[in-house]
Amino acid sequence: MFYREAGDFKTSYASDQQTFPIKLDRYFVWGVLAIAFLVIPFVINDYWEKSVLVPFLVWAMAALGLNILTGYCGQVSLGTGGFMAVGAYACYKLMVAFPEMNMFLVVILAGLITAMVGIAFGLPSLRIKGFYLAVATLAAQFFLVWLFNKVPWFYNYSASGQISAPERTVFDIAVTGPNAPPWATYLFCLILVVVFAYVARNLTRGRTGRSWMAIRDMDIAAEIIGVPPLQAKLSAFAISSFYIGMSGAMFFAIYLGSAEPTEAFGIDKSFLVLFMVIVGGLGSILGSFLGAAFMILIPVLLKNIMVGVLGWPADLAAHIEFLLIGALIMIFLIAEPHGLAQLWRVTKEKLRLWPFPH
Amino acid sequence: MKFKAITAALVTAGVLATSAPAALADLVFPMLSYRTGPYGPNGTEFADGYADYFTLLNERDGGIGGVKVATPECETAYNTQKGVECYESTKGDGALVYQPLSTGITYQLIPKATADGIPIHSMGYGRTSAANGKVFSHVFNYPGNYWDAASIIVKHLSDVSDGDLKGKKITLVYHNSAYGKEPIRTLEELAKKHGYELSLLPVDHPGQEQKSQWLQIRRDRPDFVMMWGWGVMNQVAIKEATNIRFPMDKFVGVWWSGSENDVMPAGDAANGYKAVTFHGVGDDYPVFADIKKHVQDAGKAAGDGSNVGSVLYNRGMYAAMLAAEAAATAQKMHDTQEITAAQMRDGMENLKIDAARLEALGLPGFAPEINVSCADHGGPGLGAIQQWDAKAKEWKLITEFTGSDREVIDPLIAEDSAAFAAENKIEERDCS
Repeated sequence: MFYREAGDFKTSYASDQQTFPIKLDRYFVWGVLAIAFLVIPFVINDYWEKSVLVPFLVWAMAALGLNILTGYCGQVSLGTGGFMAVGAYACYKLMVAFPEMNMFLVVILAGLITAMVGIAFGLPSLRIKGFYLAVATLAAQFFLVWLFNKVPWFYNYSASGQISAPERTVFDIAVTGPNAPPWATYLFCLILVVVFAYVARNLTRGRTGRSWMAIRDMDIAAEIIGVPPLQAKLSAFAISSFYIGMSGAMFFAIYLGSAEPTEAFGIDKSFLVLFMVIVGGLGSILGSFLGAAFMILIPVLLKNIMVGVLGWPADLAAHIEFLLIGALIMIFLIAEPHGLAQLWRVTKEKLRLWPFPH
Repeated sequence: MKFKAITAALVTAGVLATSAPAALADLVFPMLSYRTGPYGPNGTEFADGYADYFTLLNERDGGIGGVKVATPECETAYNTQKGVECYESTKGDGALVYQPLSTGITYQLIPKATADGIPIHSMGYGRTSAANGKVFSHVFNYPGNYWDAASIIVKHLSDVSDGDLKGKKITLVYHNSAYGKEPIRTLEELAKKHGYELSLLPVDHPGQEQKSQWLQIRRDRPDFVMMWGWGVMNQVAIKEATNIRFPMDKFVGVWWSGSENDVMPAGDAANGYKAVTFHGVGDDYPVFADIKKHVQDAGKAAGDGSNVGSVLYNRGMYAAMLAAEAAATAQKMHDTQEITAAQMRDGMENLKIDAARLEALGLPGFAPEINVSCADHGGPGLGAIQQWDAKAKEWKLITEFTGSDREVIDPLIAEDSAAFAAENKIEERDCS
């Protein structure tokens, strides 16, 4: 009734193969993008930028990356934090070495550098699978964080081992540093996330994505029908790391402004992104966004309700927040083991049949 | 219908709850505290002291200069991202000064708060070179910084080895973060000057696992061990030190590694452990009688009220006292009761606390005199050594307050702040 595919006739191959073939989906996406690009930049303030929107976009990018590797290609990775660190340090070195460079280019180059590191750490995936691969990527996590602590060249020999983002611009508008206006940092992250979410969506619909999914569903069968495992697995590692590297670069340069490896890129970040992907829905672009929103926005919301509205002590609120989020994750996963994305699919199905469910 | 009524009631209650405190208070001192996580036990004591002192001012004196004080609290869990969120959520309420009690959060806030014009007081932590007020206009770290602490510890070690550290082995056990790495450069410089041999042992967050570090210490047999730890790391390190029977009087912590929380778990074996401090210990000061009367007995104590007189409680109270004095100075300077963050900054820059003022505040001899100036945001940089008496379960000062090695530290501060100024294109202020 409300959501229907019927009556949406296609007269050319191009319109049949467009990114969102169903009219309602298309309208929905255009609507969200219109609000994100045309409304939010005019009403955004420091708090919404630094506490809600920029972190959401940064983590959505990381979740997209991990979803490509884990959700689409079936390779479990616990190295997300480490790869984000590679992106952040690459971004820092590029920012310091080439002050004139456009920040978009810096972030994308940081992503490319991370992609190469990702390929190197993806090599074991050709021999080991499942939990064993998870342990190998765990090694990447610890090795990379250790490396950025150990080698002073990465943090330009600063006394405290911290890296801090100097002010850098895009078309003469500051997007990093304390004087960057909220709308600029928000739009910067939004553009990157939208462009690369579009790329990811199409990658996963195309030949590359199909070969990843073939490997995920059964690698031996995939090999027999002619999917090269080497290419599929390494491309998944490369593209996933590319996304995660960009997210790490934005995390450091746009969101935090300064970072130290042990705290900002610890193992808990790897788990956070993995939870986003699992809660959001493995193998779903929408799921990456929903998962990031769930893991990043719910804690902020709960805190604001408990401390701001109800006036509870901050420590009590913090403890109850832990309990509630844990409970919410369990409730969601019991209600829908395939994540929030599946919940959305079921809702669509209901809307399609309403008001005659049979 | 019923559901709607409940929702309406909830919303009204919420609006009342949010609007009520705002109407009362005019001077806002946000507390970015932490009472949860591996650093919670230490953060709680500091936060209780900070909150109790302002409650005392509100109850006893009616606030600062007749204006009530509010301390909205925000839990950071010692996590920099939550710290940023807390900063953004509280800065709009007229925040006068931030004291995040975390070096990581301080590093994060230095550029942001400077751009927003809100001062930061990182008392004995944060970025050491912020002592150079010419470069860091909005950041203060009086009355002492990490490099002072490192130098005072080395001086003490030199005193106990009859003035000669040549050829001695000193090991630094440190929290592997910006905080723990701060003293390294100074210790290296001092090693050149005094001729001791420095080895470094990092401990990763949160610091519950230190077996390998202490095994290393047992093998190396250093003459002295120094510690830059925080939270659960301190307790574990002191217990591990007792396990390998390292002599406690040769084990010295920075001022963040010298609270009751840190030594109690090791029991009697921790007897003799030392730490540097920049203020007095114990609850033998007149101000505590007032706190008992106006805060504790009135049932207004922060937390469970059990921490009064502990090292970190005293430090939180001292931090609040310095903030209140700076606010009072600002009120006098600008001849207004309701000061802004910019005026608060002026008050901090002109803060003077002498022995007479300390006595009037009910803290005679609690800490050295403070004279902040435009160029010097670092204060006197004096410290004393305190030692743990496990029998009596109390800390005792075993030395006088002494100064640090300025001829080593001042050039380091100048160098590091110049690097920061160059990186961020900051012009030095004229302070003459």
